[in-house]
Amino acid sequence: MIITRRTFVKAAAASGAALVLSAAAPGAPPAPVMRAVPSSGEMLPAVGLGTWITFNVGDDPVLRDECAEVMAAFFAAGGRMIDSSPMYGSSQPVIGYGLEKLSRPEALFSAEKVWISSAADGPAQIEQSRRFWGVPRFDLVQVHNLVAWETHLETLFAMKAVGQIRYVGITTSEGRRHDLFEQIMSAHPLDFVQLTYNVVDRGAEERLLPLAAERGMGVIVNRPFRQGALTRQLQGEALPDWAAVIGAKTWAQFILKFIVSHPSVTVAIPATTRVDHVRENLMAATGPLPDAAMRERMAAYVRDL
Amino acid sequence: MSEWWTYRLEDFLLFSPRVYWRMFELANAASWPLHLLTLAAGLAIVLLVLRRPRRHGLWIALVLAAFFAFVGWSFLWNRYAVIDWAIAYVAPVFGLQAPLLAFGGARGSLAFNRRDIAGRLGLLIAVAGLVVYPLLPPLFGRPWASAEVFGIAPDPTAIVALGVLLAASGGPVPLLFAIPLLWLLISGLTLHAMGDPQAWLPLLAAATTAAALALRRIAR
Repeated sequence: MIITRRTFVKAAAASGAALVLSAAAPGAPPAPVMRAVPSSGEMLPAVGLGTWITFNVGDDPVLRDECAEVMAAFFAAGGRMIDSSPMYGSSQPVIGYGLEKLSRPEALFSAEKVWISSAADGPAQIEQSRRFWGVPRFDLVQVHNLVAWETHLETLFAMKAVGQIRYVGITTSEGRRHDLFEQIMSAHPLDFVQLTYNVVDRGAEERLLPLAAERGMGVIVNRPFRQGALTRQLQGEALPDWAAVIGAKTWAQFILKFIVSHPSVTVAIPATTRVDHVRENLMAATGPLPDAAMRERMAAYVRDL
Repeated sequence: MSEWWTYRLEDFLLFSPRVYWRMFELANAASWPLHLLTLAAGLAIVLLVLRRPRRHGLWIALVLAAFFAFVGWSFLWNRYAVIDWAIAYVAPVFGLQAPLLAFGGARGSLAFNRRDIAGRLGLLIAVAGLVVYPLLPPLFGRPWASAEVFGIAPDPTAIVALGVLLAASGGPVPLLFAIPLLWLLISGLTLHAMGDPQAWLPLLAAATTAAALALRRIAR
């Protein structure tokens, strides 16, 4: 898919609007950098919110309220994309609880998945997920881990055609099934692909990220911190002095800046249970971002630790 | 599942340790003071095994059956399955232990009359599940409110059952070990995936039971 002039103009206009809004609110947190969805030009903040494990809190009223606070901080900091899946236990109803408590923020970009081996049950699962969220429709539905992907993609493209969803995608994680992933990307007009990419998991750079750019597909990056293992591993290490050049004050920001500065990446979706962390994550998408040379320096630094 | 060899145990963990232990806190708060009844019933089971009055097999089987049904429904189905969809498949299996026990007890074929080494070890395991398990939270840096109590939480319920079954004889006894052993394996692996230092306890209880059964078989 090619980025057309119309798409480019829409994206540029939206970027301009974002800058104006940012400038018009003195004292407000700086707005995160925006990325265009290649297939539409719609602008999205480069950092979203994942819900794997963190939002699976069951019926626990205390933890549900904590999740709602994380969502409130996320939207207040300019976030939009929240990503979940039927696989994530109670995460979907917990998101629905948070959205209800926050009076259904208009900024929400809802990213869901279909994950069921019986392809015929896909529509019912998507409808159940929609009810859990309490949204009129999902912005994006992705085929989770390529489960029954052929039939689910047919369903999703048909839903998109009649306006029941806005975008279609597929997901993988931790470098699994990249060969098949590439084949599907080459053969189908996907709006988004979701994959694992970070400063130490760089397999996607070889074929998937260039292909996404070539095919005009948005890229959602999951497991930016390797489910927290990467930030825990780096916790005892000092940030390099030159991290200040790109405005990274913490390892989390260092890693997120590395991810979102890749030209093919649209949104990274770190998951967290903490309000201070969600703010920190959104802040990573503000200020200067590393160029190609700096990105290599960042990767080399972490590799050599 | 494709490329199954790339998955680690942790990849199947859907929740955080905090959510897991809060689940016990909420279950305890919701069921208090039922704990007093379940503990008293557990002690009564041990006394019945020691004294062996008439029809003790029936009463022990019925009490254990009631608690397997209750824990399977109230804890596993209503709470645990909410945060782990796989438990929705495990809970009915856990609950299946109830009719198996009740059937064995009703047929009059269960007798808790073994006093060999395995039988005595079994009673120790049962007492540990009953008395020691609820005392664990402070040892592992958790609040008392997260205590696992026989008849309320699945691990001590399974451990007490295995313990008294080691002292049992009769038709369905070998079959009755399967479900509690399977549960303790699942629980131990879950705790291990969480990085919880308590993980070895359910695994130890299961391994000790299996070793006692093997020992009895060799002695025969």
